[in-house]
Amino acid sequence: MSKRVGLEASHAAAEAARMADVDFIAAYPITPQTHIPERLAEMVADGELDAAYVPVESEHSALSACLGAAAVGARTFTATAGPGLEYMHNVVYVASAMRLPVVMTIANRALSAPLSIWGDHSDAMSVRDTGWIQVFCQNSQEAFDMTLWAFRVGEDSKILLPVMVHFDGFHLTHVTEPVILPEQEEVDRFLPPFHYPFALDPDKPMTLGAFAPPDIYSEAKMAQEVATRKSRAVVLQGFQEFGDIFGRYYHPVEPYKTEGASTLLLTMGSFGETAKTVIDTKKDKGESVGLINLRLWRPFPFQELRQAVKGAKTLVVFDRCISFGGPGGPVASEIKSALYDEKERPRAVSFIGGLGGRDMSAEDFEYVIDRGQEIAEKGSEELFETVGIRGEVTGIRG
Amino acid sequence: MTEKFIKFGKNLVTTEEFLAEGHSFCTGCGEALAVRLACKALGRNVIIANATGCIEVCTSPLPVTSWRVPWIHTLFENVAATASGVEAGLRILIKKGRMPERDIKCVAVAGDGGTSDIGIQALSGAFERNHDFLYLCFDNEAYMNTGIQRSSATPYGASTTTAPAGKLSIGQTTWKKNLPEIAVAHNIPYVATACPSYPFDLMNKVKKGAEVKGPAYVHIFSPCPTGWRHASDMAIELGRLAVETGIFPLYEVENGRYKLNVDRPKLKPVEEYLKPQGRFRHLLDQEIAKIQEHVNEEYAKLRAKVTCSAS
Repeated sequence: MSKRVGLEASHAAAEAARMADVDFIAAYPITPQTHIPERLAEMVADGELDAAYVPVESEHSALSACLGAAAVGARTFTATAGPGLEYMHNVVYVASAMRLPVVMTIANRALSAPLSIWGDHSDAMSVRDTGWIQVFCQNSQEAFDMTLWAFRVGEDSKILLPVMVHFDGFHLTHVTEPVILPEQEEVDRFLPPFHYPFALDPDKPMTLGAFAPPDIYSEAKMAQEVATRKSRAVVLQGFQEFGDIFGRYYHPVEPYKTEGASTLLLTMGSFGETAKTVIDTKKDKGESVGLINLRLWRPFPFQELRQAVKGAKTLVVFDRCISFGGPGGPVASEIKSALYDEKERPRAVSFIGGLGGRDMSAEDFEYVIDRGQEIAEKGSEELFETVGIRGEVTGIRG
Repeated sequence: MTEKFIKFGKNLVTTEEFLAEGHSFCTGCGEALAVRLACKALGRNVIIANATGCIEVCTSPLPVTSWRVPWIHTLFENVAATASGVEAGLRILIKKGRMPERDIKCVAVAGDGGTSDIGIQALSGAFERNHDFLYLCFDNEAYMNTGIQRSSATPYGASTTTAPAGKLSIGQTTWKKNLPEIAVAHNIPYVATACPSYPFDLMNKVKKGAEVKGPAYVHIFSPCPTGWRHASDMAIELGRLAVETGIFPLYEVENGRYKLNVDRPKLKPVEEYLKPQGRFRHLLDQEIAKIQEHVNEEYAKLRAKVTCSAS
């Protein structure tokens, strides 16, 4: 029987790694990720988890060590946040290109300067194009579920790609919520033992990570791109199998009360739960609104997104990151690009808020939806608007 | 002499080659020879992690490889961390019964830039964490792969492309960073210096480093005809001169105890080593005298450590 316990999201992710019987953990402490490696170190120290815990001297070395361990066939896990993710940036690209299926949870944090230990999505957006499969979580249960799912998908011999599980720093990492923990037997049924087909082995010498002259680099990168896109099938299969065993079905794009709605709000991560309450209130008042949670960030779910916004007039996209000098919030610009070729598409409006730990209240989301509708009707010269930021921000034009 | 070696040499060294022919090292490269010898000493049961650099680039252009042993390259600055993962990964898989019990040595390979500059943090971390691995630094005293840029291992007075000798400069104005001493400061069980001009000494040290439990570091002096601008048939001779002048002494530090492996009663003048190299050609007598003085001092310090260890 599964059991329902109170767990902090960070501990839920650590528990998922434990139940996945992870072999190797290398991590460097950074707020707000610390509770994850702390909990894992504790499990190893108490004999609850039989794994190598390598307390590396930096995030750069954390992921580098994971690559080495994955290359000999170990199930590997690490976690970081904001500046830590930036510090290992070089290695992030290598993991996917070398097809080493590391699982990494990101406690999403703002980037310096000014220094901020609090949450936003600047770190996630900076690794958008690194070739990792990436999902976002809304609550502690999802932190557990997505971490477990990440091993199943990334290690699948058909794709062999690293997976990043994003969950909001503090707003989620430090929040205790009820989490349903499965039986080990169920986990074992869902997650087969890891077998890396290209493991470094003196009996079968292989060269991993050779360099590519110009006459081969392009082909190597295109092969990676094809593999990334093809991973979609395993991503979906993983969601299906997860639902069949644990009873919770996840989807790349998750609509909430969107049927027939003319205005949709799109969010990623934990703020979606606040937005849900706003949708409920507005629905009760008879407003034609709905919410979309974008769970799968890479590979980008084009089909599901187009399907989810069909028939809507306005699509308000909420970003927790600035693309300096760019076309608006990075998520909004991806959404616009995904819809550009559609004959009928909603008017997409970009909002930015929740930076560096700034909270987004229900009232803030109400404002975003209302103002978004207004912009959709009357138009605006601004590329995006902000919410919950003091002072008038104008002149953000293309 | 050659005949005698053919007759007896095979009893001393394996004829098996783990670094295959067909690589693209420069003619007369001292480093290529050093890598080849090190591989012979290591044998088959190894996993090599290689930092970006001459060795990596000359041996692994897709779709071919020179490596007959398992080999991994990820980046430039992180080889000690990658090796940490390989070592700890193997150990846990064996412990959990997921891999048969087996003695596989993890060996990290890097150049002087990858070791003394960009990779020093990862190296220090791996030493401190006491990983059971061997780190081989092949020191050709500059960033040769990118075109002879200075590193912290470049010797005083050498002209490189980023610290060139000119009207106002002698080239490198700093003394070579002492990496073996930095390794010793981590209290690891085995540190040694080696040079392919002394092939048996080099192979013995690599073997010793591989057999020791815990971290081991071997710093291998690797003459570079291209970067040092010396004749391509001189790598062996220059290596020998570096040792005989005391510029690069051959020693080992086992559990903190120093031992000089080649200790001539009288050192040759440094000029003999400097002269055949284009990178030092611009040096005036006063600079050469300064180098001589520095070498004498450093050598005396090393001898004192050896004496201390013996008592």
